[in-house]
Amino acid sequence: MAGLEVKVHNLSLKNPVLTASGTFGYGEEFDDFIDVNALGGIIVKATTSRHRDGNPYPRMAETPMGMLNAVGLQNKGVDHFVDYIYPKLLKYNNCVIANVSDSTIEGYVEVAEKLNHLDHIRAIELNISCPNVKEGGMAFGTSCPSAIAVTRAVRKVYDKTLIVKLSPNVTSIAEIAVAVESAGADAISLINTLLGMAIDAEKRRPVLSTITGGLSGPAIKPVALRMVWQVSKAVKIPVIGIGGITTAVDAIEFMLAGASAIQVGTANFIDPTATVKIIAGIEDYMQRHGISDVKDLIGGLMV
Amino acid sequence: MKKFILDLKILSNNRLNHNHNLLELTSDSPLPPMVPGQFAEVRVDGSATTFLRRPFSIHRIDKAANTMHLLIKSVGDGTRNISNLEKGALLNVMFPLGKGFTLKQNEEVLLVGGGCGVAPLYFLADQLHRKGNKVSVLIGGRSAGDILLANEYRSFGNVYISTEDGTLGEKGMVTSHSLLKPEKLPFSVIYCCGPDGMMKAVAHIAESRGIECEVSLENTMACGMGACLCCVVETHKGNQCVCTEGPVFNSRRLKGWTAEAEVGCSLDK
Ligand SMILES: Cc1cc2nc3c(=O)[nH]c(=O)nc-3n(C[C@H](O)[C@H](O)[C@H](O)COP(=O)(O)OP(=O)(O)OC[C@H]3O[C@@H](n4cnc5c(N)ncnc54)[C@H](O)[C@@H]3O)c2cc1C
Ligand SMILES: Cc1cc2nc3c(=O)[nH]c(=O)nc-3n(C[C@H](O)[C@H](O)[C@H](O)COP(=O)(O)O)c2cc1C
Ligand code: FES
Repeated sequence: MAGLEVKVHNLSLKNPVLTASGTFGYGEEFDDFIDVNALGGIIVKATTSRHRDGNPYPRMAETPMGMLNAVGLQNKGVDHFVDYIYPKLLKYNNCVIANVSDSTIEGYVEVAEKLNHLDHIRAIELNISCPNVKEGGMAFGTSCPSAIAVTRAVRKVYDKTLIVKLSPNVTSIAEIAVAVESAGADAISLINTLLGMAIDAEKRRPVLSTITGGLSGPAIKPVALRMVWQVSKAVKIPVIGIGGITTAVDAIEFMLAGASAIQVGTANFIDPTATVKIIAGIEDYMQRHGISDVKDLIGGLMV
Repeated sequence: MKKFILDLKILSNNRLNHNHNLLELTSDSPLPPMVPGQFAEVRVDGSATTFLRRPFSIHRIDKAANTMHLLIKSVGDGTRNISNLEKGALLNVMFPLGKGFTLKQNEEVLLVGGGCGVAPLYFLADQLHRKGNKVSVLIGGRSAGDILLANEYRSFGNVYISTEDGTLGEKGMVTSHSLLKPEKLPFSVIYCCGPDGMMKAVAHIAESRGIECEVSLENTMACGMGACLCCVVETHKGNQCVCTEGPVFNSRRLKGWTAEAEVGCSLDK
């Protein structure tokens, strides 16, 4: 039996496969297709301090091996999350992680404080990297001082595992990673979407209502892999790899580059069973390579 | 309704005109229960330019034969690829998705379809007919060649046709068909599917006569199952996902649909 368990700070995950925020709803959307409890954990969609309607339609453009989105953090706010969504998440006995977003430091702190009391939310992932909101979001994740400020402020009010999710839309990802590590992050996840754009040439108009949006899917995998590798060399805290992961081999590549766990995002849209197939594929890889503990893959790249 | 992902086998693929195909699909296991207005997300294999699944309405089902049909209009690489599949090929389909039409019983109802918008109406007409409704179907297109499967609806009720160039049925747009002229219309509900402009115009006519109107929206989708929030439409209760709250909506729920719509939009829009 292959040992699939991994640790991210003090979270024990039964396997390294998590779901990426905003691509897996609140889990229940996938109940018809998979046993959600078979996953290492789920990261549910972003929660902000107040209700957000998100951006106008159209919010999506298909691109070569990927897609652009401009959802804009649509959610009903943290109070609604606590009262109505949290109770539904109790049926999942794996690691349930909330994704926290906002446009002000006070907003991030308010959400983190309220989630701190929820026993079943084992960690929060601080989204300082969303390209789809006018103010805040990505702005925090694109400069060291602001990334430090928001991480520090949340650290003060949040006692459990604090994961900070980085934006790839920066010149030096390692610098930002080191900054949030110094500010008290317990783990880092990356990457969020890459800022991109799509144009409808026939209509001479942008496809998205917001003109620009976030690129995800296999198209961004090489960029994500490079950044995970750079960051895992630069920090001591665990790294969670995200970006275009569709198959078990993709997941293993991220682990070899230094990731302790991985998240599956856009792939869920095309195959809602992608996550469980990836877990099975990792076991298969381990068997073929005579590896008994998946942790042996972490940072196992030979250069 | 429980959703499934199945590899369905193509039993037949008939070209109806230069850009429409009718695919008949079956499965080794019994097809799941479905209602008119629901849709399926089809994976497109072997097309380098098609990344996401493609949504299509359930066009018709035959429980006894364990078959379902999709009506596909070729508009891009994904639909062209599917339309070129041959008998025996497998299609990976996620279905049934979304919420369908409200099925009336023993009433008089009108179905309006424009262009490829007739896709969900066959299944709907069939079910409404079985439920004892008096069914009328009004189909519009640019030209005679665009009017698909009109005869197939005759077993369910009266069929009316309009074409913009007058090559079949009344000349003009669906919305100016004489059937819709009277101040008092006998229908308790109008079901409508087609281009947004046409549906808005039909919703406006329904509203002005005090009739319920259900429309089926075709917003671009990424997941088709409520996971991404990409497909929203503005309703009086805020943004709602077309893939889970729809694709069928009562037009009164949609912001700006019943009041501001212009009557008489071209099918080109
Ligand atoms: C709920 C739902 C039900 C649908 N039912 C049917 C159906 O029964 N039969 C059918 O033929 N089509 C149906 N459609 C539309 C169909 O999904 C699109 O035509 C298809 O996704 C286009 O894929 P493609 O790869 O061929 O084209 P693409 O290469 O993706 O696009 C080619 C062109 O088609 C246009 N296009 C893309 N998506 C849509 C869309 N959703 N509506 C209108 N134009 C579009 C693009 O703007 C572009 O100009 C439905 C859509 C939805 C959301
Ligand atoms: C439709 C959509 C919505 C997303 N929403 C969020 C979000 O709310 N919070 C967040 O941190 N990341 C969000 N993301 C980013 C993903 O979690 C992930 O970082 C990114 O998509 C890259 O991974 P992928 O290529 O596997 O999709 C979203 C991505 C998509 C496609
Ligand atoms: S298409 Fe993803 S939520 Fe509707």
